[in-house]
Amino acid sequence: MTKTEGLALDGITIRLGGRRLIALDAQVGRGEVLTVMGPSGSGKSTLLAYIGGFLDPAFEAEGSVRIDGSDLTGLAAEDRHAGILFQDPLLFPHLDVAGNIAIAIPQHSGSRRDRRRMAEAALADAGLEGFGDADPDTLSGGQKARVALQRVLMSRPRLLLLDEPFSKLDAHLREQTRQMLFATARQAGLPVVLVTHDEADAAAANGRVHRVGDS
Amino acid sequence: MRLARIAPPLTLLVLVGPLAFGLAGTLLPAFGYLPSLGGTRFSLDAFHLLAGTPGIVRSAATSILAGLVTTLLALLCVVAFAAGHLDSPLFLRMRRLISPLLAVPHAAAAFGFAFLVAPSGLMMRLVSPWLTGLDRPPDVLIVHDPMAITMVAGLVIKEIPFLFLVMMAALPQLRHKETLQLGRCLGYGRVASFIFLLWPQIYAQMRLAVFAVLAYATSVVDVAVILGPQLPPTLPVRLIEWMNDPELQTRYLASAGALLQLVATFAALLGWLGIERIGGLLVSLPSGRGLRFRHDRPARHAALAAMALSALMVFGGIAMLGLWSLAGLWQFPKALPSAFTLDRWSAALPRILDPLVTTLWVAGISTAIAVVLTILCLERELETGRGQGGRSLMLIYLPLIVPQISFMFGLQVLAIAAGVEGTAASLVLAHLVFVLPYVFLSLSDPWRAHDRRYDAIAAGLGMSRTRALMRVRLPMLARAILTAAAVGFAVSVGQYLPTVLIGAGRLTTVTSEAVALAAGGNGRVIGVYGFLQTVLPFLAFAIATAVPNLLFRHRRGLRL
Amino acid sequence: MRGLLLTMGAIAAAGLSLAPMARAADPNPSDWQSVLDQAKGETVYFNAWGGSENINAYIDWAGQRLKEQFGVTVVHVKLDDTANAVAKVVAEKAAGRDDGGSVDLIWINGENFASMKQQELLFSPDWTTALPNWAFVDYESMPTILTDFTIPTDGLESPWGGAKLVFFHDSARTPEDTMPDSASELLAWAERNPGRFSYPQPPDFIGSSFLKQVLSEVIVDKSKLTKPVDDATFEADVAPLFAYLDSLHPLLWRGGKAYPQNYPDMKQKLADGELDIIFAFNPSEASAAIKTGELPDTVRSFTFSGGTLANTHFVAIPYNAKAKAGALVLANFLISPEAQARKQDPAVWGDPTVLSLSKLDPSDRAAFEALDLGVATLTPDKLGPALDEPHPDWMERIEGEWRKRYGVAN
Repeated sequence: MTKTEGLALDGITIRLGGRRLIALDAQVGRGEVLTVMGPSGSGKSTLLAYIGGFLDPAFEAEGSVRIDGSDLTGLAAEDRHAGILFQDPLLFPHLDVAGNIAIAIPQHSGSRRDRRRMAEAALADAGLEGFGDADPDTLSGGQKARVALQRVLMSRPRLLLLDEPFSKLDAHLREQTRQMLFATARQAGLPVVLVTHDEADAAAANGRVHRVGDS
Repeated sequence: MRLARIAPPLTLLVLVGPLAFGLAGTLLPAFGYLPSLGGTRFSLDAFHLLAGTPGIVRSAATSILAGLVTTLLALLCVVAFAAGHLDSPLFLRMRRLISPLLAVPHAAAAFGFAFLVAPSGLMMRLVSPWLTGLDRPPDVLIVHDPMAITMVAGLVIKEIPFLFLVMMAALPQLRHKETLQLGRCLGYGRVASFIFLLWPQIYAQMRLAVFAVLAYATSVVDVAVILGPQLPPTLPVRLIEWMNDPELQTRYLASAGALLQLVATFAALLGWLGIERIGGLLVSLPSGRGLRFRHDRPARHAALAAMALSALMVFGGIAMLGLWSLAGLWQFPKALPSAFTLDRWSAALPRILDPLVTTLWVAGISTAIAVVLTILCLERELETGRGQGGRSLMLIYLPLIVPQISFMFGLQVLAIAAGVEGTAASLVLAHLVFVLPYVFLSLSDPWRAHDRRYDAIAAGLGMSRTRALMRVRLPMLARAILTAAAVGFAVSVGQYLPTVLIGAGRLTTVTSEAVALAAGGNGRVIGVYGFLQTVLPFLAFAIATAVPNLLFRHRRGLRL
Repeated sequence: MRGLLLTMGAIAAAGLSLAPMARAADPNPSDWQSVLDQAKGETVYFNAWGGSENINAYIDWAGQRLKEQFGVTVVHVKLDDTANAVAKVVAEKAAGRDDGGSVDLIWINGENFASMKQQELLFSPDWTTALPNWAFVDYESMPTILTDFTIPTDGLESPWGGAKLVFFHDSARTPEDTMPDSASELLAWAERNPGRFSYPQPPDFIGSSFLKQVLSEVIVDKSKLTKPVDDATFEADVAPLFAYLDSLHPLLWRGGKAYPQNYPDMKQKLADGELDIIFAFNPSEASAAIKTGELPDTVRSFTFSGGTLANTHFVAIPYNAKAKAGALVLANFLISPEAQARKQDPAVWGDPTVLSLSKLDPSDRAAFEALDLGVATLTPDKLGPALDEPHPDWMERIEGEWRKRYGVAN
């Protein structure tokens, strides 16, 4: 692994009305996890928004974001391919389950029907065979989380941003989902930035931990 | 999105442009400047003439007072009801009952109301002769009473649904459940908890809507003609009479009167600021003394009765319109017509076709433009993170607060000068001035409340802003968008003055026809047109409800 | 902001004073064929009061006939007040639009005609007597065709129908022989039956007509009414009228604190028994209303043996009308025997004709004679004498006086 591979965050600072929320330099290799810890309201989620390119204009931010050597900082959010997962699965309620995944598949990847087939296959991979036509609202919490993960993966992201993705799951499901997520990221060689207030998440991530908002 | 960038200035132009030009077109003749009528020198003659008009003070004062009383009563009903019943099952049922009433055009509601409460109206018929012993209507003055009580009542029942729904829109942004629980834990009654703890915040959000109601009630024409006093009529009614006077010189008087209307509405707004002060004191004094008002059952019952009665009056009025449209001979004191006939309908339908088509396309196009502009503005707001401030909201409300009559007249003169009166484009534009604010107000809250994380996810999945808008945000907000469109449609259908003045009689809508026929005073014909005028917006709302239900029938997450 | 306002003011002012454009060649009514040729394909915006479904239907019918016969499209612009159309022409003149105006034909008479004529807002010179169907018009025995409210029509408006003030009552409630026979008897009747009579508030045209009827009966020197008001003697001239009204008003429906909106409003009030005596300007109104179920079939008509007001209503073409040829064709059609016979049918409208039956072909005459005028319609010989309308000046002045005295009641 060379130094340019993975995610490089250089001189990132985010301010709101002059108050500094985030200051960070970090290198996250492929398959590695950077955990950002902080209490709620500390502004830690703005880091993910900055990396993803959808930071609210009310914030002032600087610093460069590079992935595998190419600079993302000036790109529009949709050109960064930064997949994001929140604590809620946030499946699109107006589409069926397969539609939720098909909409994520890059547009040049074949016809409507091809994409639908790919979506069904991705569902089968996640142990959700036959759920393609279902209404997402009828799935269980764990099933929804798996669909959300498949949706992100099918969009062929270059990195993963996780915004407290486990905080709403019960203890048993949380452990299971963590393992699945990190394993998938390792397998796909994706750099991951995880934002959480749960020490157990940080421990499971087994990577560098950056703390904000404690001062 | 490039389009979104030009949307806010374009919207501003659509809202403020006609307003500014119209006011200028009213202002100049008021000061004697109307070259083609020989007025090339500025003078105050029109104002002297206005001041010398018999009963002008009384007309203006009646307008101001009627506006204040209407607003106060409607607001009190809504507040008292919400305070007493918020979140109860009854509240939800009432909400469903009240919402469609927003669609009823003012003129139709006023006609229906008159059919109910007049001495020869249904209410008297129901108790005659068995209770009253009357076989002729009593000779008492109810409709057109000089104190404008009937007019105020007619306006109140129509403004209650509007204020109620505005309040409903404000509630989700407050943690009202928690706040109310807190209040009751502290030992306050239900009503007192609401008034002391929630009301100040709700009112802050509703304030501009309340101003709009006040401005409307001080400058209303159609309701005042139907229910208001006659000796003398209210100021806006006299204005219309002057504008229609064949004597040319009366134009100057009309323009001066239109300015007086502006002042009258402004005076009413000042008066309302005073009422706000008093209201603030009434709320803060007892709460400062810690009074708890635990036994508020009578107040709650009264509020419920007032709300139910107002809804019943509007619905009953609409039913009366329908009944009259089918009536053959129907003499007092019969509660039902002696004969029914479809003659009015079969006579009216072939002739209503053209206006109906015009109504549909004017409402359709102006609503479509308003929805697109609103969506682009809101999208732009997301991009820039600006625009939720008070000033932009003030601008959007401006066409609803400046009396229509004060600038529409000037706009008509300009439209004629530009040779665009009676054209489709200018009529759509004139409607847009009033459709756009309502569409914006109904769509902005759900739009802003929409979870922004969906946008982040869509962007992360590689979807462009346009694609994310089309594939994610619009479908998810389909219900809110259709509802806003239905509101816009209803507003367009109800427009009278812009249609008559800018449509120049060449483009007529169901509403302009209804009011023209109302001039004929024939209850049965009024029934046909009033009923039709009400049905259109109802249909729009029905479609706005049915389409998402059908489209998303297998999508639990999007059901109400 | 101030700069902006000034700029807008300037633009508005510029708009208000656009220079008049050159007038296109007007049609020549004495060359009727050329009028017909020019009219083909034109759209005529006929500005006419739209408050009656019967009349609207009739105008629709006329439009269809015109389309079939002459290829002229008629659009009925429904007015709630004829003054609106006058105001529109005024506004167009104000905006400098001397050509291609939006009003092609106006249904008009009395003060609106006087006002338009005086302001030179009408298509001129004399075009009406050049209309082919003018040959049937009964201007000899109907003087109101040539003088509209004492103003000479000068061929600037073409007659459409006649009108005469007629009273209605319900014979089931009030016996025929108790009905008054003059304004003064009406006052006496109102004293015996308070709250059972009223009239629409002026300037409603029926209401103003009632004032003129009373004025014509009570004024000392009746010849004064044929001339404009004499300011010096006006007070004294109208004193008997207002003395009459002062005694009548407390006896009116609602004590005179509110007034019926107009004739159709009075009609429903007669049906409900709120009013016992109402009146209209069309002798066959009551029969038509019985047919449509708006009045019970016990309603009957009566007039005053001393005479009631009578007048003629017309159509006129604004000076800046866009479709003048089409408007001429429509005006001519409206006085055709076919259109006039249909108009007089109470089932259609019931408006008296302006044609002379003796000037018609036997077959056309038969169509008129075959009409069933209805149970509540007085035959022409029982309509009583006709009183001429006073000079429009009077109407305006007594309306103003009325407003001053009663318009701001307390």
